[in-house]
Amino acid sequence: MRSLRTWRPAGLAVLMMIVAVSGLALGAAAGSTGWQAPWLAWKEPQAWQIVSEIRMPRSLGAWLAGALLGLAGALAQGVFRNPLADPFLLGSASGASLGVCLYLSMWLGSGAWTLSWLAQLGLTGAAFVGAGMAVMITTLLSRGVQHTLRLLLAGVIVGVTLGALSSWFSLLRPEVLRIMQSFMLGSTGLLSWPACALMALALLLCIALAWPLGRVLDALTLGENTARSLGMPVASARIALVLTLALATGAAVAQVGLVAFVGLAAPHWVRAWAPLPYRWLIPLAACMGGNLLLAADLLARTLMHPQDLPVGLLTAVLGGAYLLLRMSRLQGQGTPV
Amino acid sequence: MSLMSAAFEAQGLSVNLGGRSVLKGIDLRIAQGRWTCVVGPNGAGKSTLLRALAGLLPHQGQVLWQGARPAELTRRDRARRLSWLGQSEPVAEDLCVLDVVLLGRLPHQDWLAAPGARDRQAVESALRAVHAWDWRDRLLGQLSGGERQRVLLARALAVDAPLMLMDEPLAHLDPPHQADWLERVQCLKAKGVTLLSVLHEIGVALHADDVVVMQAGCVMHQGPCGDAFSHRAIEAVFDQRLAIHAVGSQWAALPVSTPDGV
Repeated sequence: MRSLRTWRPAGLAVLMMIVAVSGLALGAAAGSTGWQAPWLAWKEPQAWQIVSEIRMPRSLGAWLAGALLGLAGALAQGVFRNPLADPFLLGSASGASLGVCLYLSMWLGSGAWTLSWLAQLGLTGAAFVGAGMAVMITTLLSRGVQHTLRLLLAGVIVGVTLGALSSWFSLLRPEVLRIMQSFMLGSTGLLSWPACALMALALLLCIALAWPLGRVLDALTLGENTARSLGMPVASARIALVLTLALATGAAVAQVGLVAFVGLAAPHWVRAWAPLPYRWLIPLAACMGGNLLLAADLLARTLMHPQDLPVGLLTAVLGGAYLLLRMSRLQGQGTPV
Repeated sequence: MSLMSAAFEAQGLSVNLGGRSVLKGIDLRIAQGRWTCVVGPNGAGKSTLLRALAGLLPHQGQVLWQGARPAELTRRDRARRLSWLGQSEPVAEDLCVLDVVLLGRLPHQDWLAAPGARDRQAVESALRAVHAWDWRDRLLGQLSGGERQRVLLARALAVDAPLMLMDEPLAHLDPPHQADWLERVQCLKAKGVTLLSVLHEIGVALHADDVVVMQAGCVMHQGPCGDAFSHRAIEAVFDQRLAIHAVGSQWAALPVSTPDGV
């Protein structure tokens, strides 16, 4: 029995590594003119440039952004003890996009817009601040995190309001509007190596912050009083975890825009495989999120090629279908959703 | 009783919840190594008293655990000294039984360390004590209310603390498992553990050593469970709608259908 409990998560980890590596390889091979083995492009400088400067950072970036969202989803569900909590329903993604919108409005006025390192960093910082503020407003409005319905309603209110604010700000500036439009749909097309490096850094930082706090999340599954009686620093851990959640959401949203459902679905699918304590769930949900967004990105590139679909559109449709399926299955079992 | 040191001591303990005074200046001494039950009508403040004694509620007045102020102990020391079992706290469904009980060992583990041999041993003996060892790999969501409560009891036992505070520990348990629990309590007492629990079922509560009778945020009476004064105090807080009868060497509490008695 012990072996089963260790082997199942280990097996899932191996499986997801394999999926990730093959997904990245496919990502390097999927072009606008059809499939093409990347090693064939090695000899032609122009083709190789497409592979190394466009397809590879795009695929890796999609994986990293998905991993950040999956991690954020796992943390949100643990901190708020709510299986429906995700970066979107808590309003943090809308906060992040408002941060991006305000940053763009200020930055575009002051000079030429380039995707330089510094600009990426500023964008991520703005998204992080926006996401953190949004989660704070949501929890303030819902007066705590215990009440599921109140939390979700507050998240929806904050999400809609902040979303309206970003629309308004982007309408004021046509050049911002153009960028924000692709941003709102969620797009992996513009991912560059600096963006990948930034997300990788954020992912490592988030895992390093969240992993040691996993046992607080485990204890919280038994209720707040029990967690405190077990000597867990619940209040300070909660603040640290919400900040981590905001950082993960901000880092992902700043690079790929609004990509729905990855954060919600990734931890669910890991749990469906095996009931896991958070020290396993946190890294595995990140891997699962990465694989999900990488797969969605591959689909977005190939489904209607040569046209490139916005990846956020795909995850929204696929995620919506999944939730619908789950809802009807739960109703079939007679369990209220 | 005065010769024994107190496991819990409260002096002028008051709690306000949402502007309402729920505990009104309670003075209490709970003897070490005994099982004490708190009884009283709904809304008397029993659960609040337990939470305040556990240090889980902001309160006025003083609480001492074995003569020490909880606030002066380290967080880990507090967690090792006192095991808490709350009443109907929402619990995640997708946790396996073994992992739940293993959480009871958190106070004994280093921050990043994996559970050791002692932890596994404590978990196994706790699960065997509630007869749940055989289905330790099942998910909490697949269990009945009584089975789930036994797992939560095992979680509280796994802490291996000298002080145990339990709110309705026997909720949903069927009579055989209640009897098992009463035996387990004797074992714990033999090891010097102090148990303080809220029990709404008076017949079961009278199996304890001592009883604390509460009404409207005050302690009305404290005394041995076998004492006639305790019985009269319990009957009084329930408006004489309950009568305690001797049945062999045990006590039975039966409802009285009219205020005039049977």
